[in-house]
Amino acid sequence: MSAITSTVMTLADLQPGDFGTVERIMCLGPVQQRLLELGMSPGVDLEVIRTAPLGDPMEVYVRGFHLTLRRNEARCVILK
Amino acid sequence: MPSTIAILGNPNVGKTSIFNALTGLNQSTANYAGVTIDRKFGRVNCDGATGTLVDLPGAYSLAARSPDELIVADVLLGQRADEDRIDGMLIIVDASNLERNLYFVSQLLEMEIPAVVALNMIDVAKRRGIKVDADKLSEALGLPVVPVCGNTAKGIDTLKLRFAKLLRGEVPAAEVKFRYPGPETRAIGELEAELAQHRDKIGRDVPRIEAVRLLVDEGGETELRVTKLLDGGFPTRLKAIREHAINDGVPAAVQEANARYGWAHSVIDACVTRPPKRIRTRSEKIDDVVTHRIWGTLIFAAVMLFIFQSIYAWAVPAMDLIDGVVGMSAEWAAAYLPEGMLQSLVVDGLIAGVGSVVIFLPQILLLSLFIAILEDCGYMARAAFLLDRLLSWCGLSGQSFIPMLTSFACAIPGLLATRTIQNRRDRLVTMLVAPLMSCSARLPVYIIMIAAFVPARPILGGLLGTQAVTLFCMYLLGVVVAAPVAWILKKTLLRGPQPPFLLEMPSYKTPRAATVFIKVYREGREFLVRAGTLIFAVTIVVWALAYFPHPESVLEKYEGLRTAAANEIADTAALDERIAEIDNLEAGELLRGSVLGRIGHVVEPVFRPLGWDWRIATAAIASFPAREIIVATLGTLFNLGADEDEESPGLRETLRNATWPDGTPLFTLPVALSIMVFFALCAQCGATLMVMKRETKQWRWPIIAFTYMTTLAYIGAFLAYQIGTAVLS
Repeated sequence: MSAITSTVMTLADLQPGDFGTVERIMCLGPVQQRLLELGMSPGVDLEVIRTAPLGDPMEVYVRGFHLTLRRNEARCVILK
Repeated sequence: MPSTIAILGNPNVGKTSIFNALTGLNQSTANYAGVTIDRKFGRVNCDGATGTLVDLPGAYSLAARSPDELIVADVLLGQRADEDRIDGMLIIVDASNLERNLYFVSQLLEMEIPAVVALNMIDVAKRRGIKVDADKLSEALGLPVVPVCGNTAKGIDTLKLRFAKLLRGEVPAAEVKFRYPGPETRAIGELEAELAQHRDKIGRDVPRIEAVRLLVDEGGETELRVTKLLDGGFPTRLKAIREHAINDGVPAAVQEANARYGWAHSVIDACVTRPPKRIRTRSEKIDDVVTHRIWGTLIFAAVMLFIFQSIYAWAVPAMDLIDGVVGMSAEWAAAYLPEGMLQSLVVDGLIAGVGSVVIFLPQILLLSLFIAILEDCGYMARAAFLLDRLLSWCGLSGQSFIPMLTSFACAIPGLLATRTIQNRRDRLVTMLVAPLMSCSARLPVYIIMIAAFVPARPILGGLLGTQAVTLFCMYLLGVVVAAPVAWILKKTLLRGPQPPFLLEMPSYKTPRAATVFIKVYREGREFLVRAGTLIFAVTIVVWALAYFPHPESVLEKYEGLRTAAANEIADTAALDERIAEIDNLEAGELLRGSVLGRIGHVVEPVFRPLGWDWRIATAAIASFPAREIIVATLGTLFNLGADEDEESPGLRETLRNATWPDGTPLFTLPVALSIMVFFALCAQCGATLMVMKRETKQWRWPIIAFTYMTTLAYIGAFLAYQIGTAVLS
């Protein structure tokens, strides 16, 4: 595990029932834009609802709706 | 003056039910050139005003990452030759989830054309303790807002009155409510100046909204399109302008999201009252079970089993009925038409051709019904959530599962089911591998080959039998081959960045009968009209190949035999039997002498390594329009008459007794396996290929599917025969 992943908290680190606040979206390009459009913009609060039976993807409650995303994308969401 | 209005909104906001409520059954579909989505539109007549309502795909944003997503912006900006200029918008928003909906609305307002907003799902919002003040929202947006409840049609009458005003041009144009931050505004200006300089190369003025997308969507569809038209230096200049848009280290995309959500938040503050603490919704409680580790998996398995069983078994009575009607019309036509080419064309060509298409209708309707219900109630998203991990191993997402499973019954509804897959490349890969699943039309081939040539021996102390295990293996073969094929396609032909799997989990709702009915009706009608005409043409071609040249001399020879038999045999039953035998011999000789039969002889060397003689090769070739044809063709070729089915012991015995010219048995276990493997992997279904063409709007994909499947089928059959022979000897 690299130094970055161990010091920065991302959405992928949260467990069902955990809350978090978005600080920024780390990855660039379409993934960043899609996450932003779907409401994962800086300062927004979110809650992890559950993970799928095989551990991936995860379901998140954000801006009044439920969004599912893979851990791969969740790792882009840096939390405060 | 006729008006064209576009209906717009996020996915899952109830666009379809409002579209249906306004247009009724008065809707049609056509193609948008070059993309996989349909152009859906309906005639409307509201309060004396008439016009066209165009249904655009649900979107979260105007930022386009694929040609399909570009449709919304292109139609709105009047840049598609196949669509009229849009005079106004009917924007649907979800009252229970207004904030995210307003993000897209903020982009739509920038169109600056007349618009009416339908505030949908007020009932769902109310249940969650959310209250939206429609008047204040109308004030904030500067547009008429009508609260509606699409599921119960509440408020639809008021919406119709407003909509009539929109049609008559009595609604003011939307105004931009949102300003880009300083640096971005300046960068947009720079980009507009740059584009204006190259107006001749682009061939048109670039509207401001498009310039914004070009600036913000790095690597997006707008950028790809404009870059193609301009000189090689443009990307560098674009990059420089993008640098100028960066504000305090924040790139344009983040600024846009911040600013739009900032605006959305201010609107929400002005007109929405929310409970202090989030109320756990009914949907969440349902999902505790439906997406549960154990219960969710079990429920999913039960749902799939139910659908599979119904397509597999419950469609049978209806299919038998159609089969019966087709058979009766064939008999009727045979009785009324004089014997000869016309009769053969009508009976063996036209009626058999139409029959081979119509027979799939019950399965299609049943499956469309289940898919429409599952989609409308919100279960599809849950299924994708549960299965995503499994399919991600071969580069696909959870959305590909249902189309694949459906294809075990029939690949045609399977291909239709791929419409729920958002990513174009994923959808194409799924369509290309779906026909590998063993559909119900392969079953007759498996049954006859297994019953005739696989010795029945118990396995595991009688728990299983060799025959059942062979059948299971044939079904498994498709899946085992599909996984690496999908993986390879994702690495080669349909290579591209892994699309982010970001899927909204919509709230559950009761499916609406009208929405479901319209969907099923449309599927059925389109299947019959579009696939029907094409497969029909193919069937006629194969009929002609199997009929001509039809020499007089052969007919006279058998006529002589029949006359002779009538003179010799007194007993009526014995005579009928003898005549039937002569008819079969005649059919066999005619088919052997036909163009198709000759092709079979010519290609025999090609199929020799598979252990096949010219008769098997001919039957396999004749089965390319529809694989189930093989049983009847084998019957004809082995002189048993065309009325054979897989249950008939007669055909089984004849096949067992068939020999090579030197007297050795033709069919051995390796030959039977090689035939089954060939049929398991081969694209022998004209209807599937035609539907693939229809769904992808390109000939390329059915050609690719046909080529790779036929190649795999040949290799597979070769291996089955050669390895089988080596092992047995």
